[in-house]
Amino acid sequence: MNTTISIASRPAPRHPDAGSVPWVRYGLSALALAILGLFLILPLVAVLAEAFREGWQAYLDAITDRYTRHAMLLTLITALICVPLNTLFGIAAAWCIARFQFPGRSLLTTLIDLPFSVSPVIAGLVFILIFGSQGWFGGWFTTHGFPVIFALPGIVLATLFVTLPFVARELIPLMQAQGAEQEEASIMLGASAWRMFWTITLPRIKWGLLYGVILCNARAMGEFGAVSVVSGHIRGATNTLPLHVEILYNEYQFSAAFAVATLLAGLAIVTLVLKSIIEWRQQRQWENASP
Amino acid sequence: MPTLKTAALTGALGLSAVMPLAAHAEEIQLLNASYDPTRELYQDYNTLFSQWYEKQTGDSVTVEQSHGGSGGQSRSVIDGLPADVVTLALGYDIDAIADRTGKIPEDWQRAFPHHSAPYTSTIVFLVRKGNPKHIQDWDDLTKPGIEVITPNPKTSGGARWNFLAAWVAVLKRELGDLGKLDDPQYADDVASAQAAARQYVATLYQHVPVLDSGARGATNTFVQRGLGDVLLAWENEAFLATEELGEDQFDIVVPAVSILTEPPVAVVSGNIERKGDSAREAASAYLEHLYSPEAQKLIAANYYRPIAPQAADPEDIARFPDLELHTIDEIFGGWREAQATYFDDGGVFDTIYQP
Repeated sequence: MNTTISIASRPAPRHPDAGSVPWVRYGLSALALAILGLFLILPLVAVLAEAFREGWQAYLDAITDRYTRHAMLLTLITALICVPLNTLFGIAAAWCIARFQFPGRSLLTTLIDLPFSVSPVIAGLVFILIFGSQGWFGGWFTTHGFPVIFALPGIVLATLFVTLPFVARELIPLMQAQGAEQEEASIMLGASAWRMFWTITLPRIKWGLLYGVILCNARAMGEFGAVSVVSGHIRGATNTLPLHVEILYNEYQFSAAFAVATLLAGLAIVTLVLKSIIEWRQQRQWENASP
Repeated sequence: MPTLKTAALTGALGLSAVMPLAAHAEEIQLLNASYDPTRELYQDYNTLFSQWYEKQTGDSVTVEQSHGGSGGQSRSVIDGLPADVVTLALGYDIDAIADRTGKIPEDWQRAFPHHSAPYTSTIVFLVRKGNPKHIQDWDDLTKPGIEVITPNPKTSGGARWNFLAAWVAVLKRELGDLGKLDDPQYADDVASAQAAARQYVATLYQHVPVLDSGARGATNTFVQRGLGDVLLAWENEAFLATEELGEDQFDIVVPAVSILTEPPVAVVSGNIERKGDSAREAASAYLEHLYSPEAQKLIAANYYRPIAPQAADPEDIARFPDLELHTIDEIFGGWREAQATYFDDGGVFDTIYQP
């Protein structure tokens, strides 16, 4: 009670709108910019400066090197497998959670978030425990000529695990907010479930879906921890781009390491640009939807 | 690819009967799972070997590399990394593969000369230029304010050699003559020397701010991140760091006593046999050729101590300082015993290391 009284009896501030005080406004903006510069722009500049320190030719050599090209290919293949699978999973899971009430629904929501809360290294180790040659099923897979760990399937599994929540997490709140009225109406008007999905559901979630797909892709290409555990670090075989950066760095090829890192930084920038475009489109869609 | 073309051509000309080798030319891929600091050595050696082997047999061999902390690499092979040969930092890591998977015969150390160790090295100190903290020998490492960089003995082979090198140095200081270790007459002296070594190593690890998982990670911590006053390093790693990163930045300090490190090699028979006879022969030749004069020369050029120094460039050999070196067999009764006593769960390292 005491607290309430003291708050109530406190004199009203002289400037109710602190934002109108110039030094607060400029001070806060300057601080935000400084932090942004220090933690985002400076590292990016450092990566670029290191990458080009030995000149254009060295940069080109580094990113066209046989092992770099292979790492790029492997990273692309991994993303090409993981992103569509997790997109399908994300739509299915979001649909299930946003449109139906069933026992265990909140448990499912929590489980989808699990990869966010588990350290990627643990995720990798779990796959070694299951599929490693001393693991539960590893012996069977290895003797049948289909190794999982230290090969592409292991890398894909680890990446699938860490990127699992991205699409679902974007879609669940969106679909919950939109509600099911339009879909119900279309069914009552005689549309098939399939037609309803393509003409009603998908157009309404497309920007949220794209947003999730882009984040999922960025993570799939950039994942280090989980993939590092299951990769085996074989050059030209199981080495993804982020792992290749580490290998080059460890081999004192600093410029080459940073050159390859610019590829990942480029991916990040493209992701950011796409993300802002989609956010803008999404915003417009919301405004149009609720006049 | 040229061999295949040549083979096809000779076949077409009807010459295959006189050139049986070329006609059978195969493309073989091998995977060498190695420890951290050998990256540069095997990059060079793989080229040397492929050229030599193709000349000998007509088969073209590509060797892919996987590097990491020696203990971690051993673990990976146990978990299924399809390595055809392992070239690790210490014998126990190969014993572990043999014990747990049976993919390597138990007597693997007899497969190649010199207990299957084609090169040796030792443990030295890398300090900042001008040696500002005046570090000369093992005793200086535990002085107040000195920060020591060494990796984690649980995952790194180099770290285990560092640990044992420190141990040997104290035994030597306490006993004077290490021959006393096996002499029952000096049992009391030996016991107190062992206690002193334990005490010293416990203090040493209190000076370690961070344990990296492999030797190369520790080098980067010291060199790139600028942490610590002294790096306990493989001699080859110390030479390489000074050469790669500028001689004006670091000095190598050689202690009076250290350990003779013998990084061994083995064929992973359990993995290679699935690839067929010519791959098995190539894997065996790959390790055997490490003992050839040209490989020994290359080994010395990469700062490892060759076991046949007469084959190497005398200038390379002159770089290696003289110091008193003791082997693991002589002081600790071999790697199996050392691993069980010092590094396994509940061993000496676990009882003395408090982060």
